[in-house]
Amino acid sequence: MRAFTKLSGPILVLEQENIDTDQIIPARFLTATDFHGIGEHLFADWRLDADGEPIPAHRLNQPSARHSPILVGGHNFGCGSSREHAPHALLGFGFRVVISSQIADIFRSNSQNVGLLPVVLEADQHASLLQMDGEEITVDLEACEVTVRASDGVEQIWPFTIDPFARHCLLRGLDRIDFLDQAEDAIAAYEEKR
Amino acid sequence: MQPETLFDKLWNSHLVQAQTDATPAIIYIDLHLVHEVTSPQGFDMLREKGIAVRSPGRTLATLDHSTPTLPAGDDGQRPYITAQAQRQVQTLRDNCHEFGIELHDWDSPSRGIVHVMGPELGATQPGMTIVCGDSHTSTHGAFGALAFGIGTTEVGHVLAKQCLLQNKPKSMRVNVEGKLAKDVTAKDLALNIINYLGMNGGTGFVIEYAGEAIRDLDMESRMTLCNLTIEAGARAGMIAPDATTIEYLRGRAKVPQGDAFDQAAEKWLQLASDPDAVFDSEITLDGTSMRPTITYGTDPGMSVAIGEPVPLATNATQEKALQYMGFEGGQSMSERQVDVVFVGSCTNGRISDLRAAANVLRGRRVADHVRMLVVPGSENIRKQAEREGLHETILAAGAEWRLPGCSMCIAMNGDLVPPGKTAVSTSNRNFEGRQGKGSRTLLASPETAAASAVMGRVAGIADLEPVQEVT
Repeated sequence: MRAFTKLSGPILVLEQENIDTDQIIPARFLTATDFHGIGEHLFADWRLDADGEPIPAHRLNQPSARHSPILVGGHNFGCGSSREHAPHALLGFGFRVVISSQIADIFRSNSQNVGLLPVVLEADQHASLLQMDGEEITVDLEACEVTVRASDGVEQIWPFTIDPFARHCLLRGLDRIDFLDQAEDAIAAYEEKR
Repeated sequence: MQPETLFDKLWNSHLVQAQTDATPAIIYIDLHLVHEVTSPQGFDMLREKGIAVRSPGRTLATLDHSTPTLPAGDDGQRPYITAQAQRQVQTLRDNCHEFGIELHDWDSPSRGIVHVMGPELGATQPGMTIVCGDSHTSTHGAFGALAFGIGTTEVGHVLAKQCLLQNKPKSMRVNVEGKLAKDVTAKDLALNIINYLGMNGGTGFVIEYAGEAIRDLDMESRMTLCNLTIEAGARAGMIAPDATTIEYLRGRAKVPQGDAFDQAAEKWLQLASDPDAVFDSEITLDGTSMRPTITYGTDPGMSVAIGEPVPLATNATQEKALQYMGFEGGQSMSERQVDVVFVGSCTNGRISDLRAAANVLRGRRVADHVRMLVVPGSENIRKQAEREGLHETILAAGAEWRLPGCSMCIAMNGDLVPPGKTAVSTSNRNFEGRQGKGSRTLLASPETAAASAVMGRVAGIADLEPVQEVT
């Protein structure tokens, strides 16, 4: 897994609430047996027309979209299916961070497992970000802080909380299975006991 | 001793290593269900690391998502939607062979949708931890198991270690008091609960369902309810094992037999939450006031009682949903023409669901402009339905009778709703494009789906004319 420490870049805002994993990656793209190239199908039904051509006006098809490492989505981002293809598609498209005011459980843990940083902010902070499409912010996982420059030019620092183990693994690029490997004795003892 | 919830008991008995401030708990997994879509990369990880599946005996695989529901042609070839879909199925076959996993392939008499097959075989048992790379794994909680969906990386973890890293979720009890009206099904009950909680009201929680209306449900209804728990954002839903649970399981292929079963049953009955157990959240709903329900929007929480008009939008999300669905706030739902009806899925593809649909169709015809697909949840259900002659009723009404699979619920096998068309579906998600790009899905019970097929518009069974007796 690729490590994540700190990143600055313009945000891309998709303000719709309840963006589900069927939107992020429609089911017809799930028949592949690897995640290679899946980013090209990200939000396919929003972004591409019936012939599979990009709809120029869509926010995700603007040239700047590929240079926005941070996606800010509406409340309850990532609800629905457990498909890990969703965070892989976001990573494949170029995102490293997803920010919302609520992120669905399975999507969040999938993201943490594949190196996409999920950040949950307070509702008012999130509401501010939704109005800042294209502006540059900094996400610092070491400090657990999001830094934004408000319209009056004043810098604001918003702390966020994240599961400490997910943070530990993301900062170092560790696969979580290594932790299970280290627990081999405990697993064997449990199996023995049953 | 501290009183414990059903969830606490399951969690504590499966703790391999306790949670700390810095690390998640390690919990042991009793049953790992596998299908073709979310497993290939998990098996690849094993090969990369050069390791085996730790407990093949705790792993059970089936083909369901990418599989065609039409039979093989004269050339013996099954009509896969793409070569890639066929390769995905072959990949699972190869992986199960390589790693020694029981796979219910085309030739298995028990092949079915993963959440239908597990309980049918008795692989799903009370007190177990059950995972699958599929969010509707919550279904198995109907048996008093802790069951939830995981991602593909975690599929790899469980294949390799039979364990999962988890922080303990919070607990919520949803009590449904009183008796449900006769025409209110588990699907209606679930849609009412999701409507109350909202599609994210359960996020971070494991839900236990309790109360008179829940205890009265048979096992297939309990599975429908627990299946839909994820649609309120909760990864797992569960119901304490009782006599209904025990009798459903008795004699099934993978449960203990004879005295061993009775001994197991005795333990299972002790899993119920202690009387004084405390939940992080608790709500109580009145089951007696619930009515047959249908969704109108693009999340399963957006629903109304049949006969009620489409609600007025009160925010941008609802406005967008109505626009996508082609509804105006205040419009009568029953004006809406229905183009497609789907009865099936891990939510409502069991024998009682097919019987309910067939009962409505008996002596009636599906409206000319409606395409209706009935897809049994498993081979066992298909055969049972055919023994009962349900397929004849279904075919005589003008509906299609298919082979088991996920089919039009996830629409990745070629069974789909065309753009702009309206489907009444017994499945679990009405998200934009869920049943095919541009599809418009109304979620409802098998009874409502069949009634809508007959009427050619949104309708409940109360809207049907009585069938003329043939003398």
